Parts: sequence; C-alpha cells; structure tokens
Amino acid sequence: MPSPQPVLQLQQLARVHGTGATEVHALRGIDLDVHPGELVAVMGPSGSGKSTLLTIAGGLDTPTSGRVLVEGTDITTAGRKALAALRRRSIGYVFQDYNLIPALTAAENVALPRELDGVSARKGRTEALAALEEMGLGHLADRFPDEMSGGQQQRVAIARALVGDRRLVLADEPTGALDSETGESVLGLLRTRCDAGAAGVLVTHEPRFAAWADRVVFLRDGAVVDQTVRSGADSLLAGQGSGRGGRGQAVER
Amino acid sequence: MSIRHGLLALLELGPRYGSQLRSEFESRTGATWPLNVGQVYTTLSRLERDGLVAQGGEDDAGHALYAITDTGRDELRSWYAQPVDRTSPARDELAIKLAMAVGAPGVDIREVIQSQRRHTVQAMQDYTRLKARALDALESGRSQERDDVAWLLVLEQLIFQTEAEARWLDHCEARLIRIAAASAAAPPPRTGDPAPPPGPVAETARPRAGRRRT
Repeated sequence: MPSPQPVLQLQQLARVHGTGATEVHALRGIDLDVHPGELVAVMGPSGSGKSTLLTIAGGLDTPTSGRVLVEGTDITTAGRKALAALRRRSIGYVFQDYNLIPALTAAENVALPRELDGVSARKGRTEALAALEEMGLGHLADRFPDEMSGGQQQRVAIARALVGDRRLVLADEPTGALDSETGESVLGLLRTRCDAGAAGVLVTHEPRFAAWADRVVFLRDGAVVDQTVRSGADSLLAGQGSGRGGRGQAVER
Repeated sequence: MSIRHGLLALLELGPRYGSQLRSEFESRTGATWPLNVGQVYTTLSRLERDGLVAQGGEDDAGHALYAITDTGRDELRSWYAQPVDRTSPARDELAIKLAMAVGAPGVDIREVIQSQRRHTVQAMQDYTRLKARALDALESGRSQERDDVAWLLVLEQLIFQTEAEARWLDHCEARLIRIAAASAAAPPPRTGDPAPPPGPVAETARPRAGRRRT
C-alpha cells in the first residue's frame, strides 16, 4: 500500500520543554512516515509524548529540532501565513471534545475551513453537504451541535477535518468521550476515509480502537519503542478451508 | 472447549455425518478452533457410548448418519442453561510467564510486556479487519446469515479477550513502575541490617528520567 510520497513525514523530531535542571524531553528523535490510505495509531502511557507528537504534526506546536513534512512541505520552516494555509488545506484535526462552534449548524461548521480559505459561501455549503452526506449525516446539516449526540458531533468533526480534499487527518483521542459502540462507529468512519485515500494518525490509549489502524506505533518516554507490522487478514483468510480464517495458533497458544 | 456439546448442538438440527459436522462446526466458528475428522469420530463414539447420540441409517451417498437422542437433547438443554465451569481457571501461559519474569535474573520484564503487547495488539488488528469484513458481509445480505452472525460473535469474543490482555499488560507495567518509584523513595535501611537483595522490580521497571505528562 505505501506509495512513494508520504503525506506526513516526521524526521528526527524532538521537543524539549524547559531548560537546565527542569529540562524535560517530551519527544526524542521520532521518525515516522504516514502514506496515503494508511491509518497509524500511536499508543503509549500518559506522558509518553503521544499528544505532543500530534500537536507538532498538526503545526499547533513547534519542535525543538527535526522536521515535519506535510505533502512534502516542511511546516517547521514555513512562514505563519503558509502554515495557516497548509493547516486549512491539508491538515484536518479531530479533538476529543469535538470542538464544534456551538453557534453554527453542522453544515456551517464543516464549511468554515473552506470559507476561511476563500471559497464562496455557496461552494463551501455544497462541499459541506457532500462531506456530511458521506458520513451519513446529510439529514443533520441544519442542526446545531447541542441538538446532536456526541457520536454525531464527532462525525461532523471528522467531516470538517476532511472537507475540501484534505488528505491528512490527525485525531487526538477522538473516541474519548463516547461510549464504546459509538466510538467504534467513529473509528469505522475514520478507517473508511483512510481506505478512500486519506492518511490518518490516531492517538489513543484504547487498544480496541488502535486495532482499526494499519500500524500501531508504541511510544515510551518520547521515543518509538516498538510497532506492529501489518500481517494482513488476507493471509489469514487464505489458509483456511472454510475461507473465513481463524487464528488457531493465537487461540491455542 | 466443548466439542461434545458443539456437535450435539449441530445434531439437534437433524442427522449428520462426521465430516459434515466438522465443516459445519468450522463455518460456525470461522475455523477458529480447527477440528480434524478423527476428533469428530472419537467424540461421536463417546457420545454414542453415553447414549447421547445414536447411529441411524445412511444418506444417499452412503455416509453413516448420527442423530441426537432424547438424553442428548436433555444434556444440550442443561449445557445452554448452565454457565461454563470456572472452578479451575484455564492455565494462562502469559500470566505464568510474567509471574516468573518478576525478579528473574537477566530478564527485563518491561521488554517481556512490550513484546507481548505488540503481538496482542497485532492480533487485535487482524481480528478487527476480519470483523469489518464480517459486518460488511452481513450488511450486504450475501451468504448464510446464521453462520455470519455466529462467526461475528466468535470474532468479537477474540477481540474482547485480546483487549483484556492488552489492558492487563498496561496495568502490569504501570503497577511495576509505581512499585519501583515507591521503593526508590523509601528511606535507606539502617546500618547493621543485612543489605536487601536488589529489588527485582526496581531493577527492571525504573521509570526513566524526563517523563512528562503530555
């Protein structure tokens, strides 16, 4: 699946907070590539640096050293204007608490980044409606956030993160405030968007949600200590007589 | 894992022959617990000995058919009605391994935990992909619904099981770190006391400097 040009590249990323005796290394030399169509989950105990990683990847914080390339552009050296444009056009961010604007309807929330980018209100609304439709939320377009359930709000937030052909979606504990069934459906949606070509990074401490990813990266003390490799359900499926594929070796362990 | 009761449950749907039972068992459980035909026939002959099934005729192709008896039906009812036996928990190799790793010389228990965690999460990824497909198959309405539902339930059981394992591993790591931190903060022993052996936990699970909440 990996294609030659990753959507996101983190190169030797380091972030130090404070100086001298109080110096804290939140990230120590992280390298990570995320390709189109790939969903990567980042797991680790609290304090391992996973949220710092995401905020830096999204241009919300700057690294002490290292590079962050989004579709080939280094956002650490881009000017403020260029960075703002990149964040509007290339990067979608999904927060744990949805961060929808309460005074705007679902459609207006989704259209907002497009309008900020200079797209006409009419075109912005058309795109927003299409994005909501894809999430199965077309019927909620004119509702306000407080008229929607948590799961619906989070799906609107994902629509907002991906509207206008943005190809990188960064999600920070997007299921944190949802019950597990709803969380699962939000993850399924993120998965579908990545299957359709977006690149996703998901920070979570829930193994069940991380399991939707193609690759799970484990952080500890600001460094990548391990990651899963994709073994492919296809190979599991191929070997079994019934064509379904159990995992005898895991079960019989 | 009760093959006996699994076979009885299938026979309740009507008489069947050995390899048919095997393939139905596997399509119901997604071949998660593969059976060989030998196991099926051994189990059938024990069921027959106990009066729970009886041989009755052949099908058109000449396969010997087995049918459930009334005693067999009673046995099956009581199997469904009763919770599974937990009086002797299944031996869990992972729990035994971690118990042995505490204080084992030359073993970094955090590495033991991490390598298991990677394996466990990877298994969850596999199960989750299979589950997404099973859901698709159900929603699209193709194929035999009953088998797909049964397979989905088995898959979700595997996901819950691996999830519990992953959470328990996280818990073990956090627990070891807390214990190590507490023993590092404890006052040094008075002079004259025999030196305590190096704490297994303190040796292997010391939190590194520079940890920080993010």
